Amino acid sequence: MNKKGKSIGAKQRRAGWIYLMPATILLFVMSFYPIIQALITSFRTGPSSRMKWATPVYWNYTRMFQDKLFMRSVGNTFLYLLIQVPIMLILAILLAQILNNKDLKFKGFFRTCVFLPCATSLVSYSLIFKSLFATQGLMNSILTSLGILKENYNFLGNPGSAKAVIIIALLWRWTGYNMVFYLAGLQGIEYSVYEAAKIDGASPWRTFWDITVPLLRPTIIMTFIMSINGTLQLFDESVNLTSGGPANSTITMSHYIYNNSFGQGVANFGYASAMSFFVFILVAILAAINMKVGDTRD
Amino acid sequence: MVQRRLIPSYIFLIIVSFISVFPLYWMMTAATNTTVDVARGKIIFGSHLAENMSKLLAGQNLWGSMGNSFLYSLAQTLVAIFVCSLAGYGFELYHDNAKDRLFAILLLAMMVPGVATMIPLFKMMSKMGFLNTVWGFMLPAISTPFLIMMFRQNSRSFPVDIMEAARIDGLSEFGIYWRMYMPVMKATYAAAGVITFMNAWNAYLWPRVVMTDPKAQTMPMLIANLAAGYSVDYGVLMLGVLFCSIPTMIVFFVLQKQFAEGITGSVK
Repeated sequence: MNKKGKSIGAKQRRAGWIYLMPATILLFVMSFYPIIQALITSFRTGPSSRMKWATPVYWNYTRMFQDKLFMRSVGNTFLYLLIQVPIMLILAILLAQILNNKDLKFKGFFRTCVFLPCATSLVSYSLIFKSLFATQGLMNSILTSLGILKENYNFLGNPGSAKAVIIIALLWRWTGYNMVFYLAGLQGIEYSVYEAAKIDGASPWRTFWDITVPLLRPTIIMTFIMSINGTLQLFDESVNLTSGGPANSTITMSHYIYNNSFGQGVANFGYASAMSFFVFILVAILAAINMKVGDTRD
Repeated sequence: MVQRRLIPSYIFLIIVSFISVFPLYWMMTAATNTTVDVARGKIIFGSHLAENMSKLLAGQNLWGSMGNSFLYSLAQTLVAIFVCSLAGYGFELYHDNAKDRLFAILLLAMMVPGVATMIPLFKMMSKMGFLNTVWGFMLPAISTPFLIMMFRQNSRSFPVDIMEAARIDGLSEFGIYWRMYMPVMKATYAAAGVITFMNAWNAYLWPRVVMTDPKAQTMPMLIANLAAGYSVDYGVLMLGVLFCSIPTMIVFFVLQKQFAEGITGSVK
């Protein structure tokens, strides 16, 4: 590093600055400037053509916490998060652990299968699951012919089951995605560590908890943060799988913000900006925790 | 020969693989069946593909949307990997304290969720006249901390000594990037390109905000429209979903390794 630092002359230093300028300018214009704009807009109110300062200025924020529907969207988002993320990550580690076994045959085939859902877009898989769980859909055909259901059940028309379908769909789409991180992490662990554990008579269960999980800790933390981040911004599934329904019982924060700004109703950029700034604060807190944890590992 | 103690593993893997693959298999069969057959629970391929196809073409601007999606995604991919690789290259191989500090600031952009910037960005794009254009589609997504970081981390393996040799040989600073860095970093470009293309093709929230003209709509928007009608024809819907999935599936099967590397990005 030192040698390289000394060898850089003024001309090269200038070239370096030119290289990173386009990306830097774009990030400032497309991320940093808009987020400041969002904060300013969140203190304003009225139709987008003639907005004025709200009275009191923090009115949109007061309104937000009294808005039952927004609070429900926050609740829904956290419900998906608390149920789906842990199940998904445990499944993903388990699959990675199984697929990392040297003696396993057809490894590549199984890995491709589990990874395959990542090849579909979020809108595509939302629509596939919407169709599978429709009242006249395949799930109902199977469950009624097996005698589990007496008559077709409206999965997407009932709040509880509609939420369950969203969670199942999320699990289907994202488990393989996270598995890829764990497989990459496991490849960094020497196989001899496992051999030694086997010779010492450790059960697979103990090996998993005492070797795999501690060594994967950084990866686990990272996927955990990423998954929370993704769930906080859930949009495509809420819009396309359930349309937020029935009666807004499955709506997510991003979906509700969209409805308040670009949806069919009256656009309220001020109020939508306040809610979106709330999401930003949640994500920022999370990123700060991520950096803190990232700093202290090894 | 299958080891006996691995039998539970195989059973588990077969079940998970089946669950992973079946919805996609079903989507393909449904694309060849009438909506009545789909509702009856038919799960084998039928003979109504042509019929679904003509209904899809009659109701939707399929080729236009496919063309849009290809154009926008390819443009975004090429521009993004160029801009971000230049930045990653500059940050790593020309680094000094000031640049390192700037890099730390840029990373903060990771904290900014798309939903929080969509209203100001929409206003900006409409002021600049970029609504319903490829610029409006891709400008907010070109420069990402994720890609810059990916190129920066991977640039560590780029041999610094050959840069000096190239300078002595009279190659310009940009010539070093263009003629030496890009060929050496092929693998990183492939991984970054695949992940950017997938993200661009699948984008939904932002295009819905900025590409409101039906002529400018993308494939995810088209299939969302198909499903939004009062009575949904499941055969036609799944055929649309199939069209939307074909390019990403091809990328997945041909470039699976690069895709996996693109997902994990700078994580080593």
